[in-house]
Amino acid sequence: MITFMNNSDSEEEPCNERTSLMSAESPPVPSYQDGLQASEAGEAQTHRKRRTGGSRSPNNAADGNMSGSSVPVRESALENEEEELTLKYGAKHVIMLFVPVTLCMIVVVATIKSVRFYTEKNGQLIYTPFSEDTPSVGQRLLNSVLNTIIMISVIVVMTVFLVLLYKYRCYKFIHGWLILSSLMLLFLFTYIYLGEVLKTYNVAMDYPTLILVIWNFGAVGMICIHWKGPLQLQQAYLIMISALMALVFIKYLPEWSAWVILGAISIYDLMAVLCPKGPLRMLVETAQERNEPIFPALIYSSAMMWTVGMAKPDTAARGPSQQTWDTAEDGRENHRSPSHSDSEILETRSPVPTHPITSLEELEEEERGVKLGLGDFIFYSVLVGKAAATASGDWNTTLACFVAILIGLCLTLLLLAVFKKALPALPISITFGLVFYFSTDNLVRPFMDTLASHQLYI
Amino acid sequence: VLSLPHRAFFWLVSLLLASLIWFVSVHLSDREDSKLQYNLLVFGAAVSVLLQEVFRFAYFKLLKKADEGLAMISEDGRSPISLKQMAYVSGLSFGIISGVFSVINILADSIGPGVVGIHGDSPYYFITSAFLTMAVVFLHTFWGVIFFDACEKRRYWCLGLVVASHLVTSGLTFLNPWYEASLVPIYMMTVCMGAWAFCTAGGSLRNVLKCLSCKPEEDGRVMMYSALRVPFED
Repeated sequence: MITFMNNSDSEEEPCNERTSLMSAESPPVPSYQDGLQASEAGEAQTHRKRRTGGSRSPNNAADGNMSGSSVPVRESALENEEEELTLKYGAKHVIMLFVPVTLCMIVVVATIKSVRFYTEKNGQLIYTPFSEDTPSVGQRLLNSVLNTIIMISVIVVMTVFLVLLYKYRCYKFIHGWLILSSLMLLFLFTYIYLGEVLKTYNVAMDYPTLILVIWNFGAVGMICIHWKGPLQLQQAYLIMISALMALVFIKYLPEWSAWVILGAISIYDLMAVLCPKGPLRMLVETAQERNEPIFPALIYSSAMMWTVGMAKPDTAARGPSQQTWDTAEDGRENHRSPSHSDSEILETRSPVPTHPITSLEELEEEERGVKLGLGDFIFYSVLVGKAAATASGDWNTTLACFVAILIGLCLTLLLLAVFKKALPALPISITFGLVFYFSTDNLVRPFMDTLASHQLYI
Repeated sequence: VLSLPHRAFFWLVSLLLASLIWFVSVHLSDREDSKLQYNLLVFGAAVSVLLQEVFRFAYFKLLKKADEGLAMISEDGRSPISLKQMAYVSGLSFGIISGVFSVINILADSIGPGVVGIHGDSPYYFITSAFLTMAVVFLHTFWGVIFFDACEKRRYWCLGLVVASHLVTSGLTFLNPWYEASLVPIYMMTVCMGAWAFCTAGGSLRNVLKCLSCKPEEDGRVMMYSALRVPFED
C-alpha cells in the first residue's frame, strides 16, 4: 500500500509526525507519507514451515501482511504552491520508487533465469495444501482457488493479529516478531540463496568464509533495518529481503495458485486499505494518532528524516539531515527554494517512540519521502518472476509485465498526489501486470515469434 | 525519464491490439496455406505499424494536455519541459521498447549453443538483426521528433510522410535475407530522417560547427541545439 503520511492532528495543531522515514520541508509544502504493505507475516511462517518441516512454533515471527495506511495529508494554506510542489515532488517520488522496484525485479528475474533451484518444483507450502497435479482443468482450478482462500485467510488473520497487537500496545511482542522474522530472512534465506548461486556457478566456498560472509551480511542487515544505518544501505537490505521473499514465493507456489493469489491479494489490499474498518487503514491511523513511526522493517522509504527530540534552531539541524537526505536527491536541489530547508528537524530513528516531538518547528515540517510497503515489492517481484519463470515467450512477457507494473505504480502515485491519503499500491499494478502477462503470452508471443523468424520489423 | 515507461506502455498496448487482430485473423483462416499465412503476417505487420502511429498521436495529445496543465501551475507560466524534449524522449522510449522487443529473444538465443543458419538461412542473422534494431531505434526517435513537431505546427503532410516512411521501412524488412536491398535503404532512410529531425528541432550546420569548435555561447541560437539533449532531470 502506498500511503501518504500526514499529521493526524488537525490542521491548526503542530505537525507531530514522527515517521521514521520522512524528509522535512518548508511549511507550505504538505507532507506526504506513504505506507506500504508488508507481507512478511505469511513469509516468515512459510519459512519456518520449510525449515522445521511442519512444527508450528508458538512465536509467529512473521509479520502479517501489513499495508501501511496513509494518513491524511495536511492541506497547506497556499493551494497553488501546494499543487505545484505536489507535482514536482510527485515526479521525484515516482523516480525514487522506480529505482528500487526495478532493482528488486532485476534481482529476482536474474536469479530465476540463472539459478534453476527456484524454478524446480520441490513441494509446496503448508498454506497451499492442494496440489495442482490433477488431470482435469476444473479440478486444478478448484484446487488453486482453495489454495488462494487458505492463503488469503492466513494473511488476513496475521494482519488483524498484528493490528490488534499494535492497538493494545504490545510493542515488545511486535518487535520481537519482526526481529525474528528478519533474522530468519537475513540468515537462513540468504544462506540458501548463496548456496544455490554458488552451486549454479560451480564456485567452491569453504564453511569459515561462508560463516563470515553470512554473519556480516546478516548482522549489518539487522542493524540497518531495525536501528540506524545509512539510508542507501537500509534500502539495499530491504530490496534484498523483498527479493528473497519473492523468490521463495515463486518457488513454492504452484502455477495457477500463484496467479489467483496475486489477483486475490490485490483485491484484499484494496479493501484493507480503503474500507473504514480495514486492518491496514486502522494501523496507519493508529500510528498517526500516536505520532509513531510505522515499523521500519516493513516499509521502504525513499528519504529519511532525522529529527532530534528537542527544540533546536534550524540551522544546527540542517547540516547532518541534509547530508543523509541529499544523497538521494542530488540533482533536485535546484527545485527547492532556500526557504524549504529551513525547517528540517532531526529525528532519531528508533522503533519505539519514547518522546513525542512537540516543538513548534514541526509545524513547518514536511515529509518529502514516499513510502512503499515491502509486501508491494514482494508481490510485484513475484509477478515478474513468475512471468520470467513460466512464460514460454521469455523476455517479451517479462518486459511487458515490468512495464505494466511500472505504469501501475505511476498511476497509483498520481492518485496518491491527488487524493493525499494512503492508497493500496497493489491493485492497479497487479491488474495491469496480469492483463499484460496473459495477453502477451498468448497473443503477442506468436506474433513476434513469427515476425522474428522472417526477420521482419514493425 | 518519467515518460519512458508511459510511452513504452502505449507501444505495448498498440502491439497488443495488433497481435490480437493478427491472432484472430490467423485463427479464422486456413492454417495450412503458408502463402495465406505469410500474407496475413504482412497484413498484421501493416496494421501494427498503423496502430503504432495512432498511439503515437494519442500520446502526443496526452502530452499536450499534461504540458498545458504543468504550464498553468508552474511559476513562470512555462512548462518545465519543452515540447521538443518531450518529443525526443517519447521517440526514444518508443524506439527502445520496440527495439528491445524485437531483439531480446534473439539475444537470449544467441547465448545458447547453436549454429546460425544451419537450415539454409543466412549466417548473418544475428549481426543484421543487431544493425536493423539499431536503425529502428534511431528511426523511432527521429520519427518522434518530426511527428510531434508536425502535429504542433499542423503540417499534416509531414505526418503522412512519417507514417509512410514507417510503412516503407517495415516493408523493406520483408526483403530480408536479401540484405543489400533492405539494410542499405533502411540506413539511408535513417540518415535522412536524422537530418530532417535535426533541422526540425532547430539545429543547423552553424550550430554544429559552433558546438564542435567549443566556442563559448554567444547568442541564444545555440540553445536550440541543446534542446536535443535530454536535461539531467529527466
